[in-house]
Amino acid sequence: MNQLVPLSYYLVLSGFLFACGVAGFLIKRNIITIFMSIELMLNGVNLSFVAFAAHWHALAGQIFVFFVMVVAAAESAVGLAIIIAVYRTRETLNVDQVNLLKL
Amino acid sequence: MTSSLNLWLIPMLPLAGAAINGLLGKKSSRTAVSVVGLFFSGAAFVWALSVIWRISVEDLPYREYVAHWIRYGAIGAPGSFSADFALYLDQLSLIMLLVVTGVGFLIHIYSVGYMWDDPSYYRFFSYLNLFMFFMLTLVLANNYLLMFIGWEGVGLASYLLIGFWFTKDSAASAGKKAFIVNRIGDFGFLIALFLIIQNYHSLDFTKVFAQVQPVAPETAGAGLLTTIGILLMVGACGKSAQIPLYVWLPDAMEGPTPVSALIHAATMVTAGVYMVSRSHMIFERAPMALMVVAIIGTLTALFAATIGITQTDIKKVLAYSTVSQLGYMFMACGVGAFSAGIFHLMTHAFFKGLLFLGAGSVIHAVSGEQDMRQMGGLKSYIPWTFGTMLIATLAIAGIPPFAGFWSKDEILWKAYSSSHGSHVFWLVGVITAFITSFYMFRLLFMTFFGDYHGIQVDDHGRAHLAHGDDAHGHGEPHESPMVMLVPLMILALLSVVGGLVGIGNRFEHFLEPVFGTGFTEGTGEAASSVMEYSLMGISILVAFAGAFLAWFLYISKPYLPQKIADGLNGFYTAVLNKYYVDELYAKLFVKPLIDGSTSILWQGVDRKFIDDSVNSAADGARTISDNARHMQSGNLRSYAGWIAAGSAVVIAYMIWMGVR
Repeated sequence: MNQLVPLSYYLVLSGFLFACGVAGFLIKRNIITIFMSIELMLNGVNLSFVAFAAHWHALAGQIFVFFVMVVAAAESAVGLAIIIAVYRTRETLNVDQVNLLKL
Repeated sequence: MTSSLNLWLIPMLPLAGAAINGLLGKKSSRTAVSVVGLFFSGAAFVWALSVIWRISVEDLPYREYVAHWIRYGAIGAPGSFSADFALYLDQLSLIMLLVVTGVGFLIHIYSVGYMWDDPSYYRFFSYLNLFMFFMLTLVLANNYLLMFIGWEGVGLASYLLIGFWFTKDSAASAGKKAFIVNRIGDFGFLIALFLIIQNYHSLDFTKVFAQVQPVAPETAGAGLLTTIGILLMVGACGKSAQIPLYVWLPDAMEGPTPVSALIHAATMVTAGVYMVSRSHMIFERAPMALMVVAIIGTLTALFAATIGITQTDIKKVLAYSTVSQLGYMFMACGVGAFSAGIFHLMTHAFFKGLLFLGAGSVIHAVSGEQDMRQMGGLKSYIPWTFGTMLIATLAIAGIPPFAGFWSKDEILWKAYSSSHGSHVFWLVGVITAFITSFYMFRLLFMTFFGDYHGIQVDDHGRAHLAHGDDAHGHGEPHESPMVMLVPLMILALLSVVGGLVGIGNRFEHFLEPVFGTGFTEGTGEAASSVMEYSLMGISILVAFAGAFLAWFLYISKPYLPQKIADGLNGFYTAVLNKYYVDELYAKLFVKPLIDGSTSILWQGVDRKFIDDSVNSAADGARTISDNARHMQSGNLRSYAGWIAAGSAVVIAYMIWMGVR
């Protein structure tokens, strides 16, 4: 198959996105930013999945991506609810101040 | 052979007594404890007597097999070895048996009176019975190994009884000293036993001696038998308090007085003499070892006697006297006159046991005082004690017809006439006899004559209890109760007549089956009887001279001794301090040992090496876990960071491997 863009480009981009996600997760203190970083990591992985799926003509990779998206959606729903609850009780979104489960 | 004599009962009875008193005595009354203690030691005595009743001379030596013990290899096969719990009775062990059980029983009776007020009354009797068990095992053993058990056991009992009042520091250390000094001797004894095993493949007396008998005497030079003999003598030196290991015996006087009488005068300390006599077959074939025995004995006799002159503690005088008399016994063994040594052992058990019990009675009378300078004039207060002590003193001083005269004279004659003897031994022996007579009468005069120097006690008699534990503290000197006096009287009787069995060499003939005949007669028969009587005259003369000198110095001119002491300033101090032998040993052996143990073993090996390695292992573990602990901070992001770092490492590794 005549590919316009070689596989390695996708993988480098995927790795870059994932690394950005990891870095954001580690550095940022705002819970929402961390949350977004997690999404970024998931999407970085998704990109590599579809890239491989396209490359190998294997459908499984694309199906995995749908699963990941579904789980990510559910996770963001639950996560955002938790974040709102945290903000309501502690009036902050700084993770360093949210190190206790009990108040 | 008659039917079984059940000899095993003799040692087992006191053991049963020891067990009963030791286990149940604490809750029992004093009367019950006394009954048990006396019954079991008395029963041993009665059984020993019944053995004599049932046995005839033809049956000796009698062997009794009790139980299997050590069996290695088939019997008789080369390299095999066996030792059983088996007993052996011949004339020699018979005499020891009677002395141990008889004197032991008398001292048990005496102890009832003497120890009645002691809070650990039951413990005392338990130990005393235990001692009897081990001593009888020693005496009746059929082989060296069983003998060694008894040998160590009496050491243990001696340790327990010396340190009986263990809350007193001096008593506790005296016990330890006795035990440790004895270990040195036992070391020699053990090596001798190893040599015997190696060369004769047995420890059985009969088997060993049967192999030794055909060997010619090692006259040319020191050989195997000489080595064994000298090592056995090292063991005997420890147990029987001979130079250079005698130092423990005077300290052992820290124990209760009946203990001093039983263990440290009459029985245990004579175990060495018994052992050497038992091994006569070995010694007779090793003239050099015999010479060593004789020299050690003679030196000890003289050396200890001179120390005895200066001591003021009544029990210390008797202790040095015991050392000196044991020296006589070894002198006899050393010139090959084993029967004379055993004879003296027997009479010594009577009169020295009596002297110690009498001293105990005196101490009892003056409320625990042991310093003779605080006594004096006790003759009228305690006449019975005085009478018996007088008899014992006459006996030990060698004044006829008391027991000590016969045995001591026998030894001196043998020292003079035996082929192994020498006139030097005789001369030193006579000088020692003079000194013995002097210090014994000095003791008698200082204690019983003159004026009473003791501090007069107050109304309730609780005044001056320097030696508190022995004390009773009631009023002026008083006679001991009957239970203490009766043993004194019986022993006094024995001290009078005990020597008569030696007249006409009857004692020697009795022991002939054991020791053989004609061995000791060296000089010509013709001259000997005239010679013997003149030598006897000399020793009697010397005994009276000693007594007279003591009378002169301590009764007639009581101010003289101090003057003489001042005149002999340096020498007197040296003797008074026992020639500084204890100090010398402390410098030579004890201090280097303690220093070495402290600086090398304790501070060096133990603390620097063992402690430090354990501590640094623990420290290292703590440091590592201290650092590792920081990883588990509870901070979510640091965990995430670790995960990221970890996966980065894994990925890097995989890439690296992939590249290769």
